[in-house]
Amino acid sequence: MLCQECNMRPATLHFTKIVNGEKTEFHICETCAKEKGEMLPGTPNGFSIHSLLSGMLDFDSSTKSHSSGHTGPQNLQCKDCGMTYTQFSKLGRFGCPSCYQYFDSRLDPLFKRVHGSTGHVGKVPVRTGGRLKVKRQIDDLKKEMQQHIVQEEFEAAAELRDQIRKLEKEMTEE
Amino acid sequence: MPNIRFTEKPLSDWMRGDAEDSEIVISSRVRIARNLQHLPFPMLATNQQSEEVLQRLTDILQYDDLGRFGTFHTLKISELDEIDKQVLVEKHLISPNLANESRNGAVLISDDESVSVMINEEDHLRIQCLYPGCQVREAWERAMVIDDAFEAHVDYAFDDRRGFLTSCPTNVGTGMRASVMMHLPALVMTHQINRILSAVSQVGLTVRGIYGEGSEAVGNLFQISNQITLGQTEAEIIENLHGVVLQIIEHERSARERLMNESMLRITDRVMRSFGILSYAAVLDSKEAAQRLSDVRLGVDLGILERPSIAAMNELNVMTQPGFLQKSFGDKMNTGERDMYRAKLIRQKLGSTL
Repeated sequence: MLCQECNMRPATLHFTKIVNGEKTEFHICETCAKEKGEMLPGTPNGFSIHSLLSGMLDFDSSTKSHSSGHTGPQNLQCKDCGMTYTQFSKLGRFGCPSCYQYFDSRLDPLFKRVHGSTGHVGKVPVRTGGRLKVKRQIDDLKKEMQQHIVQEEFEAAAELRDQIRKLEKEMTEE
Repeated sequence: MPNIRFTEKPLSDWMRGDAEDSEIVISSRVRIARNLQHLPFPMLATNQQSEEVLQRLTDILQYDDLGRFGTFHTLKISELDEIDKQVLVEKHLISPNLANESRNGAVLISDDESVSVMINEEDHLRIQCLYPGCQVREAWERAMVIDDAFEAHVDYAFDDRRGFLTSCPTNVGTGMRASVMMHLPALVMTHQINRILSAVSQVGLTVRGIYGEGSEAVGNLFQISNQITLGQTEAEIIENLHGVVLQIIEHERSARERLMNESMLRITDRVMRSFGILSYAAVLDSKEAAQRLSDVRLGVDLGILERPSIAAMNELNVMTQPGFLQKSFGDKMNTGERDMYRAKLIRQKLGSTL
């Protein structure tokens, strides 16, 4: 396959871009990639993960601001560090932990695209994560209880219900 | 004067040991990113704030929790010269980012260099554990214990829904990046590598060159790591990576077997030629050195060559990097001088006196 830029050298770098389910393929040789000053890992102005993210975020804000009128995401600002959503979308990085809270309404689509998921299911801090651990335990017990109900094992379900109540009570008392 | 023992010798103690599948998997690494609550991330932190982060995190060394991993030494980046910084990058003990851009950046390194903790890199804290061979589970378990040791003394930025909050959205959740460095010459020679690497990317893993983001794969070395940090548990991420790595090992092994069965003479010739060039060349650029060293490593693995040992090969991989060459033979060198000294060093190591 020949390079799409110069049509002379064989294409050695292949990119696939998917925007809104629309797939575009891009084939280029190393020399043209270098000339373009991006795409090629290792060049000083290399194509970084942040520029990629920034592309995604910019795209996101430009389409959404049309439909939602004046409450566009560019008005969002982190009250702790002062970073605006526009800055965030340019830098591809948060300014402080609170940015997650102030930009929250905009983050689900981003995380879905990057991780395919929006919620954390992994480790919880040992010392400060107690509440979340109990909450997860309750969720697991509820699922288990549902299974017992479906299978009409009501005694086992009732036992779990009591355990859930006990844990919920402990949580509200804390 | 900072403690620069870590830049004096090329091979970290942790690299010396024999490990499972080490003829194909060079090393396993787990890195986790953490941040302190109520403080801006390093990119936005003021000088005073980043100093506070450094102080609070280095203070933790006085507690016993970390002691079981040996003594930790603190190196402040601002106190290191350029070549020492480069050597630490070449040994994977710090990232290029910490070496070049950090303010109040520091690294805590354990005696055997298997644990390095970067402070004020992209995140306040980046804990990294390195193991030889395919030991990604072991590296993960150790990283978790060290994580707990820090968390016992500082409050991490954590959110019930998003997990551990990180400066870059690509690390949020577990904050964990697990990676395995693999030497895959037979898959490259048999042109199967692209097919395998593209399959790898479809299961949430990614492949990079050996010096991290933005570097080329040289010498048939590939770093495979998880791409996703949110929505999967740490155990799932580790098992996924481990499973895929085991499969790639199998593919590489059968490709090696096939090469030996079908073209033994050609492979033997290639290995011997590379050994000959490394033993007698007067000038070697980094790309050629990496490729020839890869051939020789394959030759040792296949029993074509008896030496050098794998430890010596690992050592050469680091010693032939620009920073280490300059460290060994004197200050700043241009590319031409480096190519000459690289050849000299390899000749010495392989026992040729010419």
